[in-house]
Amino acid sequence: MALHKPYQDVPGTTIFDAEQSRKGYWLNQFCMSLMKADNRERFKADQRAYLDEWPMSEEQKQAVLARDLNRCIAAGGNIYFLAKLGATLGKSFQQMAGSMTGMTEEEYRDMMIKGGRSIAGNRVIGEDGDAQANRQPQGHGKGTL
Amino acid sequence: MARITASVYTSHVPAIGAAMDLGKTQEPYWQKVFGGYEFSRRWAQQHVPDVIFLVYNDHATAFSLEIIPTFAIGTAAEYPVADEGWGPRPVPKVIGHPELASHIAQSVIQDDFDLTIVNRMDVDHGLTVPLSLLFGQVDAWPCKVIPFAVNVVQYPVPSGRRCFMLGQAIRKAVESFDAPLNVQIWGTGGMSHQLQGARAGLINKEWDNRFLDRLIDDPAGLAQVPHIEYVREAGSEGIELVMWLIARGAMADTAGGAKPKVTHRFYHVPASNTAVGHLILEN
Repeated sequence: MALHKPYQDVPGTTIFDAEQSRKGYWLNQFCMSLMKADNRERFKADQRAYLDEWPMSEEQKQAVLARDLNRCIAAGGNIYFLAKLGATLGKSFQQMAGSMTGMTEEEYRDMMIKGGRSIAGNRVIGEDGDAQANRQPQGHGKGTL
Repeated sequence: MARITASVYTSHVPAIGAAMDLGKTQEPYWQKVFGGYEFSRRWAQQHVPDVIFLVYNDHATAFSLEIIPTFAIGTAAEYPVADEGWGPRPVPKVIGHPELASHIAQSVIQDDFDLTIVNRMDVDHGLTVPLSLLFGQVDAWPCKVIPFAVNVVQYPVPSGRRCFMLGQAIRKAVESFDAPLNVQIWGTGGMSHQLQGARAGLINKEWDNRFLDRLIDDPAGLAQVPHIEYVREAGSEGIELVMWLIARGAMADTAGGAKPKVTHRFYHVPASNTAVGHLILEN
């Protein structure tokens, strides 16, 4: 009997459960390695070579090289691990989060200053809020870090 | 006998720590956040405890996917400040209380809660930002800290119900410790926020304030709220608010004592991606 997953109908949201964790194990462990300063330097010096030291899938490596966090999450990445990648590339949590919405950094920051994203229409897939699949991208951003 | 005298609840947004570390607290954006903690800093100076039992979540710092403890209690003498990718925060290392921590671990495990015992871990912003918020920039933290890390990285996190009952067991453990220590229990994280996907930036002010109301007046009822409601209403990362129930469960009224005094309450949006919530409850 499959595990109960009531969270699969939340729009614009991927819950990091056991299945995502299994899929993303090496992607996340790669990110973890970037907590050490000398690893950060080696990665920046030759990203592909560093990635090739890890048993990640080609899709996971491409997602990292593309700096596409949505793609990384779909490949099993968890945001707290991906944050080490963001930090290595000099990006704040706000810049990382904003990059996944299709907004520019300014558009995302403005949204936050005005009180953040509203819950209206964003609770269940099929409503009409700005996080729904058919409302993407939400702004003029490039969707990558 | 040791006593829990107060519980403190606060967000632990990394950008708050960065604002302090980089000297940005006077900027208008940050003044709106730190303004809510001015009272709290005065209160904290006047009410320095012997020990803070500090409930927080590790953000893939001490724990990777290799080991994911649901509840981890620090019984070490000290804890280094973590390098989370930017170099360690320029704050003092954390001094623990091995004797009280071990006593709490033994009591709580015998009350059927399965804790992981940790003797070595770095502490990240989840723990150090609350200390910075309440104590400011100091050369040494003014009291001992017992780190208590809760898994919120991989779903499922522990239930609100489990967290609340754990808080009650912690209270019982503290009260059976044979030294007249003044202990505070802090619950950190939240409030509503989502850091990933197209729904990043979610804030739910109404839900957050109802959460604060219920935390004060009906914590046992609040403890029954299922995970899916936290995820849907408060964001995928808002689920960490269950940790506040550990601190609340340790207050006197959950064991038949008097309701706590609400000494301070503050709410503000935004600090980076997050709604800032903050409470001080005194027994």
